Amino acid sequence: MISHLQTIAGIALAALAVPALAALNVFATMPEWSALTEELGGDKVKVYTATNALQDAHHVEAKPSLIARARSADLVVATGAELEIGWLPLVIQQAGNPKIQPGKPGYFEATGFVPLLEKPARLDRSEGDVHPGGNPHIQTDPRNIARVAGPLAARLASLDPENAAYYQARYKAFAERWNAAIAKWEKQAAPLKGMPILVQHKAFTYLESWLGLHQVAALEPKPGIEPTTAHLSEVLAILQRQPVKMVIRAAYQSDRASQWIAERAKINAVMLPFTVGGDDDAKDLYGLFDDTIARLLKGAQ
Amino acid sequence: MTRNLVVPGAFALALLASPAAKAATDADLAEIRAQIQQLKESYEARIQALEQRLKEAEAKTAAATAVPATPAPAEIPAPASVVSAMPPSSGISAFNPAISAVLQGVYANLSQDPKQYAIAGFVPSGDIAPAKRGFSIAESELGLSANVDDKIFGNLIFSLAPDNSVEVEEAYGVFTGVPNGFTPKFGRFLSGIGYLNDQHQHVWDFYDAPLPYQAFLGGQFRSDGLQLKWVAPTDLLLEFGAEIGDGSSFPGTDRNKNGIGSGAFYVHAGDDVGTSNSWRAGLSYLQLRPNDRQYAQTDVAGNSAQLGFSGKSQLAIADFVWKWAPNGNAMNTHFKVQGEYFWRKETGDLTYDNDGALGLTQTSTYSSRQSGWYIDGVYQFMPSWRVGARYDRLSTGTVDYGANGTYLASASFNPQRYSVMFDFTPSEFSRFRIQWQQSKLRPDLTDNQLFVQYILTLGAHGAHKF
Repeated sequence: MISHLQTIAGIALAALAVPALAALNVFATMPEWSALTEELGGDKVKVYTATNALQDAHHVEAKPSLIARARSADLVVATGAELEIGWLPLVIQQAGNPKIQPGKPGYFEATGFVPLLEKPARLDRSEGDVHPGGNPHIQTDPRNIARVAGPLAARLASLDPENAAYYQARYKAFAERWNAAIAKWEKQAAPLKGMPILVQHKAFTYLESWLGLHQVAALEPKPGIEPTTAHLSEVLAILQRQPVKMVIRAAYQSDRASQWIAERAKINAVMLPFTVGGDDDAKDLYGLFDDTIARLLKGAQ
Repeated sequence: MTRNLVVPGAFALALLASPAAKAATDADLAEIRAQIQQLKESYEARIQALEQRLKEAEAKTAAATAVPATPAPAEIPAPASVVSAMPPSSGISAFNPAISAVLQGVYANLSQDPKQYAIAGFVPSGDIAPAKRGFSIAESELGLSANVDDKIFGNLIFSLAPDNSVEVEEAYGVFTGVPNGFTPKFGRFLSGIGYLNDQHQHVWDFYDAPLPYQAFLGGQFRSDGLQLKWVAPTDLLLEFGAEIGDGSSFPGTDRNKNGIGSGAFYVHAGDDVGTSNSWRAGLSYLQLRPNDRQYAQTDVAGNSAQLGFSGKSQLAIADFVWKWAPNGNAMNTHFKVQGEYFWRKETGDLTYDNDGALGLTQTSTYSSRQSGWYIDGVYQFMPSWRVGARYDRLSTGTVDYGANGTYLASASFNPQRYSVMFDFTPSEFSRFRIQWQQSKLRPDLTDNQLFVQYILTLGAHGAHKF
């Protein structure tokens, strides 16, 4: 009987130990970081994505499935700048995993490596759901992806030193291909420079600064506050003076406000994938920007 | 201070009033204008210089984080954060804990007197009555939390009652650096039993606690003690928890004894089904040893008799919650259904006429088996707007008074309640709710209750449990 127990215990221990050797377990909060980690980590990483492109990243819950996955993670790759503040701290606290506590090598925040825009001058909740560190939606500018890629590859290498050379090689290949792609997108998007647009949520600040789009107004009266009819009427009045070509929204957002204004102002309502998986063409990071540029160009016609 | 202000003020008034001031020549005015102009220019120059410096600093930062040409990533040391988003605040306030506050108020319209609130056939469990009639503020909450050091996280939550009393709702430390899925907690905390028990009242979907929570736990169970949770290394969430404590909160009592007064054990499982559904289910067990738990009960002769119970109280809870949101995006619409079943057994000795007021003091065996459950559903039909319905039911079960059966009889009655609510959440930090319910907690009484409630959250951004 005892020897049976020993055998079972041995098998159980072996079963517990084996997955840890196979690959680095990565818990990515957003699809863009999971895609980037896969670009850099190849088959040496096993990535779990906590959210999908059709979810509002501000309103995610600390679901049981997230706690279970964070329990076994070697690395958490998060956006930071308080984007995940409503759920990630709780998930980390409940997972009982010291490796991924903030400040530990197993906790990586992308916004730590990107100069953030729109740092609020006034920190007050009457301004809506503002993020004290700046606008956290950095993934809409591919140059930010490049800024994050280097430090992320370095972090993978430091957590898994045996495969450091592998991560380095993949990073080099990615950076070359990515920089070439950025040059291509910038060329394609040249007609968009200076184009006036409307946005539903202030989620495209980095995209605008990259392509030189001019944001005339946002449909949300304050970040995170649902558009009201009164505010939409004000926006319509602004459009009388400053006509725009299109109104853009992220895939996860309801299209009601965009459609409302598009019909009245006779402009195009453009849905952008916002992150990997936001639509059928945004299958990976390259597809995300190929499709974003294509949709913007179509909307600008 | 006031006097200091008065003197120059009076001086200025005197100057204005004096004919000398009125007689200021054009030359004087021109001189003043020139001086102001000078001041303006000097400030503009300074501002320009500052702007220039700011631009340089920004350029430097941008350069530091610019797209790396193709440097080998291994050369970059893995820094916690190259460009910290916020400059660290300085001085003694730099390490202030996160502060949060919850403000609540209610308007209650009750057809029965809340002072007489009681659930027939159940041992009184403490302060479970709804708010007083009319306007009142409800419980306010003040929370402080921070990492204590590299190993411990600390949290303190005060509850400020409308009667101006202050209570320590939770005060605990958590070890954050324990490996292998263990999370030890110590201090005073809401127990992890059931689903709703460890959620603070302001995040509940209804104004008041479900009836089984009121009848079996006096609202919520908390204890001073230790908790150890373990999360299994599986993709399906399997969480095990064990607690020991002083067991002084209902259904326990203060025992004036060394050792352990309460023990709890629970297991929670949970996962997603597709991208749109998530669930959690759990089983919990709580055992306490109340010592001389005193309460008043009307006996068969109609006297109010003081009773005292000593013995063992065992409670089992089965709970589940299911949440649906299209593609997992709860922003526009979502639906949630939750339910819990409670089963309690108490065995021990009951002393009738504990204080001897009736001159009939007698102790005999006592045992009771009682149960209760509730189920509720909440639907968000458009952003910010939700509706919900709830049904609660208790079963007085069997109560055996032993030899005290001569004096005491148990009501055979099943208290129940129907509730509907409607709430509006203009932002993540505020909520307004209307709730109407009809409760039949005593055989002869129907209580129609209407609550209009507000919940405001200030300060640190809270994270809500699933």
